Amino acid sequence: MSALSQRRMRPRFDVNGWLFVGPALVLIATFMIFPILHSLWMSFQSGLGMRLSFAGLKNIYRLFNDPLFFMALKNTFIFFLVQVPIMLTLALITASLLNSPDLKFRGLLRTAIFLPCVTSLVAYTVLFKSMFVANGLINTTLINLGIVDTGIPWMTDPFWCRTMIIIAITWRWTGYNMIFYLAAMQNIDRSVYEAARIDGVPTWARFLYLTVPMLKPVILFTTVTSTIGTLQLFDEVSTITGGGSAGGAAGPGNSALTLSLYIYNLTFKFAPNFGYAATVSYVIVFLVAVLSFLQFYAARERKA
Amino acid sequence: MISYGLKQRLSSIAVYIILGLMAFISIFPFLWMVVGATNSTSDIINGKMSFGSALLLNATTFFTQVNVPLIFWNSAKITIIATVLTLLISSLAGYGFEIFASRFRERLYTLMLLTLMIPFAALMIPLFMLMGKFGLINTHIAVVLPTIASAFIIFYFRQSTKAFPHELRDAARVDGLKEWQIFLLIYMPVMRSTYAAAFIIVFMTIWNSYLWPLVVLQSNDTKTITLVISSLGSAYYPDYGAVMIGTVLATIPTLFVFFAMQRQFVEGMLGSVK
Repeated sequence: MSALSQRRMRPRFDVNGWLFVGPALVLIATFMIFPILHSLWMSFQSGLGMRLSFAGLKNIYRLFNDPLFFMALKNTFIFFLVQVPIMLTLALITASLLNSPDLKFRGLLRTAIFLPCVTSLVAYTVLFKSMFVANGLINTTLINLGIVDTGIPWMTDPFWCRTMIIIAITWRWTGYNMIFYLAAMQNIDRSVYEAARIDGVPTWARFLYLTVPMLKPVILFTTVTSTIGTLQLFDEVSTITGGGSAGGAAGPGNSALTLSLYIYNLTFKFAPNFGYAATVSYVIVFLVAVLSFLQFYAARERKA
Repeated sequence: MISYGLKQRLSSIAVYIILGLMAFISIFPFLWMVVGATNSTSDIINGKMSFGSALLLNATTFFTQVNVPLIFWNSAKITIIATVLTLLISSLAGYGFEIFASRFRERLYTLMLLTLMIPFAALMIPLFMLMGKFGLINTHIAVVLPTIASAFIIFYFRQSTKAFPHELRDAARVDGLKEWQIFLLIYMPVMRSTYAAAFIIVFMTIWNSYLWPLVVLQSNDTKTITLVISSLGSAYYPDYGAVMIGTVLATIPTLFVFFAMQRQFVEGMLGSVK
């Protein structure tokens, strides 16, 4: 249908448009826009619990002198920088393997690989925790296979604790991201691949120079959503470390303390300081904004 | 020199091995969960991978520690109400933004998409205070309210609405149907698979949600199954046998929804990426 006739068919009174989008806009204004502005205002305040008074930049000063904050920042970045690339690469490779035309059992394999994301973050974390205990399934299996001599200290060593969390998150989210890639791949014309194959382009080159560029919008989408997700990491680290329990460190040497977990602790566990917690939360807002911008920018540059 | 056919066959075997391994790793924790539910805690933490005889004991422990029917009812109530409202409000908005496009609303749409980047941690404290002001702390309404208007689901519906045939709308309007009737009687039935995919995503997100319910629901009789599993599972020495019963019970509804609607889900996903 042409643009002109579309315009002609549009209803004259705009009231319908507002009736359709109105309820959602009101809810978003009340439960997203207002709180995020309120939180910005609170970040300039300090005090115990709900009794806040204006503190100017005191919270920012505290932020830069807070070793726990820097620990949380470092951990969050480790999870983000290591986990997101591993997971997305894995998802992309799996999707393109699943997409080969004469693959048997495709539906079955796809379902199996997607299945982890029906589990709740809390439930799967408990499952992983029970598999990674000192003399548990993973260590026993690794020893029996001769890969290690003594069990890996998953729960007591900072490095291995982070590794376990990264393995767990990758298990949970790879299939989810793979579905997006698969869906996008169905829209790529098969004849392009056929032509490349007949021209003798090897598989890896077809993947790198055909699949990846054509999937760029979806890759960007999954990168941004995964970044946002990882920067907000909470459920897993809270469950693995018992971060909800008062006072205790989050994992060995606070190795599982993420920014979100720290904010939660600042708000509900330690002597509650809503103002300072709001300041820390704005660090996440800032990081998400900057990283998303960089990712959009990087994706745009290469297209030109 | 390996012949082309042999090379082809070897590489396809490699594909099956890789995918098979991926599938095995993906499914294994589910097996571990089911097997674990039948084993004692000491067997579980020693990595026993065969069925045991502690199922009844674990179930008894779990059902005495937790008021299972109440907790399940809480989870079900929150999930069903929130899912239905989310689908309704967000699909109305997605449809509205696409069909009744105006320059001003387009700006609001962009602003709305920006809210996708707001981390929940930054909303948690003001939302908690807001709910306190409304007197809604420790109620299920407080859990449901902030989830209803989801920018992601609105975006998803708007993308899918692009595939909704204009001819249908025009014909309906010529027949004298009002806008809300077109939405209710034509759009909703036609977009079944879009709704199904959104249903799966929203249902799972809410059934599995943790941080916000953890903040808002403070007494034991309002808690959800996810909160209960977390508090049992994050103990220093958890009773894994009992927790496994909980994880099995918590996973059954999402598994059921997924398998019941899997075909529509895949169709819906494809529709949104096009």
